Formats: sequence, C-alpha cells, structure tokens
Amino acid sequence: MNESMNKIFAKSWMLLVYIFLYMPIVTLVVFSFNDSKLVTVWSHASFRWYGALMEDSRIISAVGLSLKIAFLSALISVFFGTFTAFALNRYKRFKGRTFLSSMASMPLVMPDVIVGLSLLLMLISAQHLMGFPEKGLFTILLGHALLGTAYAAVVVTSRLREMDAKLDEAAMDLGCKPFQVFILVTLPLLLPSLLSAFLLTFTLSFDDVVLSSFLSGPGYTTMPMEIFSRARLGLNPTINAIATVTIVVVSAAVIASSFYSSHQERKRKREEAQAYSNN
Amino acid sequence: MAKKLSSFAGVKSNLLNGRSVVIGVPYLWFLLLAAIPLLIILKISLSEMESTTISNMIDWRDGWPKLTLNFVSYQFILTDSLYYKTYLSSIQYALITTVLCLVIGYPFAYFMARSPKHIQPTLLMLIMLPFWTSFLLRIYAWKTLLVSNGVINNTLMSLGLIDAPLPMMNNSFSLLVGMVYSYLPFMILPLYANLSKLDIRYLEAAADLGTSPFKAFWLITVPLSKAGIIAGSMLVFIPAIGEYVIPELLGGSSTLMIGRVLWDEFFNNNDWPMASAVAVIMILLILLPMALYNKSQADQLEAKA
Repeated sequence: MNESMNKIFAKSWMLLVYIFLYMPIVTLVVFSFNDSKLVTVWSHASFRWYGALMEDSRIISAVGLSLKIAFLSALISVFFGTFTAFALNRYKRFKGRTFLSSMASMPLVMPDVIVGLSLLLMLISAQHLMGFPEKGLFTILLGHALLGTAYAAVVVTSRLREMDAKLDEAAMDLGCKPFQVFILVTLPLLLPSLLSAFLLTFTLSFDDVVLSSFLSGPGYTTMPMEIFSRARLGLNPTINAIATVTIVVVSAAVIASSFYSSHQERKRKREEAQAYSNN
Repeated sequence: MAKKLSSFAGVKSNLLNGRSVVIGVPYLWFLLLAAIPLLIILKISLSEMESTTISNMIDWRDGWPKLTLNFVSYQFILTDSLYYKTYLSSIQYALITTVLCLVIGYPFAYFMARSPKHIQPTLLMLIMLPFWTSFLLRIYAWKTLLVSNGVINNTLMSLGLIDAPLPMMNNSFSLLVGMVYSYLPFMILPLYANLSKLDIRYLEAAADLGTSPFKAFWLITVPLSKAGIIAGSMLVFIPAIGEYVIPELLGGSSTLMIGRVLWDEFFNNNDWPMASAVAVIMILLILLPMALYNKSQADQLEAKA
C-alpha cells in the first residue's frame, strides 16, 4: 500500500511538472489557429494569422536576418568551442588555464544585460580607435558567437571526456601526424557532438533578444527583437503563428538529431564491442 | 598509470606547435570578447557623462598622463535608496526563484532518476525540449495565460469557480511564475545528473540497519547530492538576478529588478557610466555565488578522476 502510494505520488508530481512546462507551449499553438483578433478568446479555427504572417514583410525580413546570423554564429561557435574544449581537456597544466576556464564559463551564467553592455562598450571603444566595426550584423554576430562558444565548449567537452585518449595514441604510434590524428580519428568521433553543438548554438542565437538589442544598429532587427517589441505592447495573434512555426521546426530538428545521435552511439558501441571481441 | 603518463608526455612533445595554437586561439577569443569588455565597463563606470560623450579618464598634460577617477555614478547609486531597494528586491526574487525551483525540481529529478532505465532518456528529452523552443515565445505565452481576460481566468470563470478575474499579471506572482518556469530545467538537469549516479546500495545498507526511508533520504541522499544542489542553485540564482526579459514582459511596473534599471539607464537615459556602475555592482554581487559554482564543478571533476 505504502509502496504504491509513493509511486502514485511520484508519477503525479512528474506529470504536474510536465504540464507546467508544456501548458504555455500548447496554448500558443492552439490559439494560433484561433480566428478571433482577441488572442485569448476562442472563436473558431482558421489559418487567418498564418496568412497575415505571410504578408508581414517586417517579420519576413527579420526572420531572414535571424537565420543568417544564427547560421554564421553557430559555425563560429562550434569552431571556437571545439578549440576551447580541446585546450581545457587535453592540456591539464598551462599558464592561465584557470583564467581561460573561468572566461569560458562566464557567458553561461553572467546575466545577458551585462554581457551585452560590456561587449557594446568594447566595440564602441574599438570603433573610436580604428573606425571599425560599424554596429550591425557583424556586431550582433560577435555577441552571439561569444555566447555560443561557451555553450559549444560544454557540449564538446562532455564528449571529449568520454572519448578514449588511447585511440589518439594508437594512431600516433602508427605514424600519424598530430593534425592527421585530429582529422582522421578525433574529428569523426566528435562529429555527433559537433552537430548537437551546432544545433544548440543555432537556436541560442535565433532566440536571443538582449544581446541583439544592445549590439544591433539601425536597419538590423532580428526576429526576437521584432517579437519582443510587439509583445511589450500587448498580445498579438501573429506572434502565436510565428511561435507555432518555430516550435514545429525546432522540435522536428531536435527529435531528428537525437534519434540520429542515439543511432550513431549504438553503432559505435557495436563496432567497439566487435573490435574488442576480435582481439 | 605510469605508462599512460609517459605516453602522454610523448604525445605532448609532438604537439608542441599544435599546443600553442590550440590554447592560443580560444585564449585570444575570450580575452578579446569577455575579459577586455569587463575591464572597459569598469573603466567607463569611473568616468562621467559630458553632454554627449563620456569624460576622458586619462588626460595628457605636459607629456604626463593624469588619471582622473570619477565616482559620481557610484556615489549616486549608494545614496539613492531606489537603487538599493532594487538590488535588494532582485536578490529576493532570485532567491525565491531558486528555492521554488529546488522544491519543485529536486523531487522531480529524484523520481526521474528512480524511473525505469529505458524511459529515462525520453523523460530527459521532454525536459530539454521546451528549453530548445524560444524562451521569448514561452514567456509571451504566459502573458496570454495570466492576463485578466487570459486563458486561465476565462476558463475558471466559465467553469463558475471564480466571479471576477484573479489578478495574476503584472505583479510578483506573474514574475515568479515566469522565472521558475524558465529556470526549472537548469535546476533539474544537474540534479538529475547527480542523483542518477547515486549508489543505491547505500540506501539498502541504511534500510538493513533499520533506518526509515524518510530518514535515509535526509541523511544519505541529500548530502550525497550536495554538488548537484549547489550547481543547480547557482545556475538559477546568478542569471535570475540580472534577468531583463521576464520582468519586462510579465513583471509590470511595480516589480523592481536591477536588469531593467541597467537597460533604462543605457537605452532611455543614455547614461553609460551609470549603466556601467550598475553592472559593476551587479558583478560584485554575482562573484561569490560564481566562485561557489566553479568550486563545486571542480570538486565534481576531481571526484570523477
């Protein structure tokens, strides 16, 4: 009796937390199909706001800019994040290691307003000194890439820790040069984590409003900035429609990538087991 | 072990050139984009706004630099009680958010770690999935749920449970709902990572020795998950102090949060030194919890090694 009571309690606790987490998302999606101009009062189902979205040129150009920035920022983040992960995991002792590791975790916890303000003031100082850079796409990109690098480093690090350093050593023993080892052995093993780091940093950039607001210049409005300025004024059914589109796309990508990586993981384990049994 | 070490040394000498590149590239990147900007905030916080530009901190007179530190902004913050109140209320909201996340998240992570092994990845993904969908849109969604003619009030009223709409929006309640909602996964993930590694034999041994499950939970499970509790709490508390978007969309004008003050000083008053001083004091407030977090991470790594 006591045992099953505990189980019921555990299950209902978990269920309530999931309801709490998903209720807002479900509401957004449901009311995006609401015909009424009043976001919260249901009239009847329609695609009215999706039609409005298609004709909303400000949203469309904002989405274009956000996609461009997110793609580039994800590429840069994965590049520098991989370097950071390698530096911190492969080399346990070097001058300034603590400095690097605390700088690399700073953007993860520091409030966005501080990261945004400090970067902007640095860029303005740089502009005073060199006349470069102009506020716009490039400056937003730098901010997103800084944040993304920190996250990418975490993702790649967790994979690097699991990886067997003996594989690198074996390749080295067989005469590979360090760069060849990286390209032929390490990189293929890291690939799934690089992909998930790319996806994560892409969505981080696509979602950011605070850094972009600080770093953007005239004529550069990202999608979250556009949504934020509308949401501040009040409820707006087109936001529900945008939300639904992004939620569907992102969930599909996340689920597909998690299936892909678990498939890769199983394949790798099988190959490893085979390799060991052949010995 | 010795063999492994020696082969590592061999690898190292081969990589000597690669090594400086691998360390140097991220080092420069973070120096330029993280460390120097923080120093610049500090510098600007010590200058003064002169009509449209900020005062020069270093004057060159007779070929000698003359350093002028200007504490006007700090003086202003320390004497105006509004800033003091706002810092205090930010800390309060961040603390309440952390405690609520812990109270909701700890049992959740515990039950998740005790669930059958094969469904745990799915449970975990269900926690991560909202985290992947836009944060801004989820906060906006709470607005549609909580406003006086919002989804929750409409539903409760049509069910006849309440006569007048509950005041759930633009107050501390809506702010805390938004904060707990956004930061809950940051609490659950480190706790789950920690609790799922807990050796169940400790609890079995305690039970064999006649300890009640309740007592065993407080004497064994909670102390062993200390690292997870600290990591989760800091991951919630630190960013929550400086939160801007949630109070702006859900908090209304009555909830005081320092992130909004910084934003207004910068964007509405164009007072860069003031915004920087607000940021510097915020960083000082965050330093201690950040050191705590870094230490708990380092301890965990050491325990693994």
